[in-house]
Amino acid sequence: MSTTKPCTPTDGEDNSNGTRRDFLKQTSLLTAIALTPGTVVKAAENQWDEKLAGVFEKQALHLEVNGVKHELMVEPRVTLLEVLREYLDLTGTKKGCDRGQCGACTVHVNGVRVNSCLSLALTNDGKKITTIEGLAKEEELHPMQEAFIKHDGFQCGYCTSGQIMSAVALLKEGHSGSETEIREFMSGNICRCGAYPNIVKAIQEVKGGMV
Amino acid sequence: MKKDAIGDSLSRVDGRLKVTGGAKYSGEYKVPNLTYGVLVSATIASGTVTALDTRSAERAPGVLAVITPFNAPKVPGYQAGAERPVRGLKLFNDNKIYFNAQPIALVVADTFERATYAASLVKATYNTEPFETDFHKNIDKGVTPQKGNYKDYVRGEANAYKNAPVMVEEEYLLPTEVHNPMELHVTTAFWDGDDKVTLYTKSQGVKGSQRSIAAAFGLNPDNVQINSRFVGGAFGSSLRTWPHEIAAAQAAKLVKRPVKLTLTREQMFTQVGYRPLTIQKIGLGATADGKLIGITHESHSQTAVYEEFTEGAVNVSQFLYNSPNVNTLYKVVPLNVGVPAPMRGPGEATGSFALESALDELSYKLNLDPIELRLRNYTDTDPERNKPWSSKYLKECYQKGAEAIGWADRKAQPGTNKEGEWLVGYGIGCGAFGAYRGNAMAKIKLMADGSVNIQSATSDIGPGTGTSMVLIAADTLGIPADKITFELGNSAFPNAPTQGGSATVSSVGSAVHDVCVALKQKLYTMAGKPADSMEPIDYVAVLKQNNMPSVELTQESKGNPEAQKYSMYSFSAHFAKVHVHPLTGQVKIKKIVACVDAGKIVNHKTASSQMIGGAVGGVGMAMTEEAVFDERYGRYINGNFADYHVPVNADIQQIEAIFIDKPDPVLNPVGTKGIGEISLIGVAPALANAIYNATGKRVRELPITPDKLI
Repeated sequence: MSTTKPCTPTDGEDNSNGTRRDFLKQTSLLTAIALTPGTVVKAAENQWDEKLAGVFEKQALHLEVNGVKHELMVEPRVTLLEVLREYLDLTGTKKGCDRGQCGACTVHVNGVRVNSCLSLALTNDGKKITTIEGLAKEEELHPMQEAFIKHDGFQCGYCTSGQIMSAVALLKEGHSGSETEIREFMSGNICRCGAYPNIVKAIQEVKGGMV
Repeated sequence: MKKDAIGDSLSRVDGRLKVTGGAKYSGEYKVPNLTYGVLVSATIASGTVTALDTRSAERAPGVLAVITPFNAPKVPGYQAGAERPVRGLKLFNDNKIYFNAQPIALVVADTFERATYAASLVKATYNTEPFETDFHKNIDKGVTPQKGNYKDYVRGEANAYKNAPVMVEEEYLLPTEVHNPMELHVTTAFWDGDDKVTLYTKSQGVKGSQRSIAAAFGLNPDNVQINSRFVGGAFGSSLRTWPHEIAAAQAAKLVKRPVKLTLTREQMFTQVGYRPLTIQKIGLGATADGKLIGITHESHSQTAVYEEFTEGAVNVSQFLYNSPNVNTLYKVVPLNVGVPAPMRGPGEATGSFALESALDELSYKLNLDPIELRLRNYTDTDPERNKPWSSKYLKECYQKGAEAIGWADRKAQPGTNKEGEWLVGYGIGCGAFGAYRGNAMAKIKLMADGSVNIQSATSDIGPGTGTSMVLIAADTLGIPADKITFELGNSAFPNAPTQGGSATVSSVGSAVHDVCVALKQKLYTMAGKPADSMEPIDYVAVLKQNNMPSVELTQESKGNPEAQKYSMYSFSAHFAKVHVHPLTGQVKIKKIVACVDAGKIVNHKTASSQMIGGAVGGVGMAMTEEAVFDERYGRYINGNFADYHVPVNADIQQIEAIFIDKPDPVLNPVGTKGIGEISLIGVAPALANAIYNATGKRVRELPITPDKLI
């Protein structure tokens, strides 16, 4: 069962601009677009141009994250990673490079593993997201989480969420046929502490159903 | 009750938090009213910034402040004549540019996206001056460091190798390598009034950070709270307080709201140190039967024009082998670059690559097995200081490591060992790293339910500090590990040294051991028994009898004065087996064996992981890692994980960690010597030597990329 939680972005919109808020209360989006050129010029002179654009660019986003529905307003440039970490306080998903090069931000989008730092949040409208926080069932850890603890598949723990999300997806993808295949298909997730051999052992154990 | 917990294999006490996403790192604390800081980098390598146009940035949505050298509030510790001066780069204190990508402005906005966009709107005008970033062109400008003991060293006769019957004289190059922990460096800072500040920051030493921030802002250290409970790797990059951490606090004070400043991955290449580009010349001379006559080791490495960085690159040549004549020279070359920082195994890893490669070259000239060459020059006392070793089992490392790698299958003649179309090679690389112990304190509290809590202001950048401490406490108190919790990463806890130099278990482990012993003695006394009694007692019953809800005490632990009489080191022998494709130059690292004499091993599970991790770091050093400079602009061109290659899962096959596991009798009561650094030292030469054994190609410039093998 999904539940809906209202969510306020932590962008502190009310910090700087009472004027902008008042303006918005009195003006619908359509009338704003229909502003006369003269008004726009005046706004620009008062250095409102950038600020206006910032407000109108926000769009509605519906996400279901770990079974919980969220309704948000976000700018198109906001990534899924930022929405998870900064708007929803789901900090288990990590930022390691913000360029899709390290895998620390791996989450499942409709069951498929994705680098959330490379995915603009709005492109995920209506989709189901699973993060590391959604993997365990209450107190019962996912077998992959158990196996990572048992085989010490991490040290500092920062890449671990991404490694586990990738590992769970890997088994589903059918890319765990051999040790070599596991290594190849886990190579999008960098571990600077160098826990790779233990990560492979953990995945092999879960694949073998021994946990 | 479980006795003898030391030497166990305990899963990490914080494992559950790490696999569920529950472990909070410094950028992940929910702080009300949070704002975001983004740094703007200079695009020149030397000169001054004469003007900054910040108007567009300031009027961008959500922007609260743009801090520049022209408007930054003064940081007291940056000023001339400061009572507690801050070393290194003084960000925004003046308009000088010392290196490309030096921050010139800090934009604070209400969201990360808005701060990032506004940062792109800041326009700088520069007065450019000539810059020097070309190490090779400037090597003659190398200077002997002003601080520390880096004077030229001579034992016996200098350059004696030149007159030896058999000699090697070669140069070895190590390019710049970047720590690149997975967690971006991040600081969240907020003030309580004008004189109290709290930082959640990526730190290897919360007490050190506390002192640095207090010095910067002229505060009483008690008014500075540093939290760093989980650190997403560091490898030396968080040993000191960096300018951006001070800038985060400076910004938070200005905007009167919490500021979170996260470096980008690209900024991590220039703002938080790196292992410096180093060229080393090694001269080795030996008798025809392989006895060393002379060792000469000269090192030149890169440093910054605004701050000197040094490390022990030539140290290992002074004591690892028995040679009557040794001379070393260590110079640094100041360039328009960011300042380096110690990176795992620091100078010793750099030095060992050169020395152990040269030794391998000598073994082929002598037609002698590389292990036999090392045995013929083995030394049972420290030849540099004329002191006995506190413990040394390096011979055992040679033997056990050789067995595990299958050294017997090695062929002496390069290029003659084949499996299918692949050339097969075996190599060895050895190392040593000082075994240290600093003063540390721990506080212990025994509760009425029998649970025990211990606190110390140490850190855990990944080795599993808390897990080891719980085992030491369980062993000393004779109670199960699951009754004990250990807390760290908080500057309000009792004093502990920064986590570095492989010394945490030795330093903090001793404090935990000593505080447990003190607690035990107190409880025995309360029970009316002799303090040193061996008879087991029920701690909970003692509390009850004395009507006490809990008992608490704090203990400081200091080094053993006896230690002065000894030379104390961890020793390692790394072995590698490689396959090299003769046409493509592709190298497959089939197996690495890491055999280490690091004293007693407290937790085999985490220690093995640490050894494996060090070996993976060594694979990066040997095979893939190189920060590439564009000398036209004095700027890195590969400041990201797509272009700067760290090892990935597919690069790593079998790695086996073997511990001699014999306690050191001198250094500390637990018997440990430290493994953090030694796990990496010796890996790169083992690989280079294995590749030579396979191919006959000697690569003296790391990394050993396929183009160098075809």
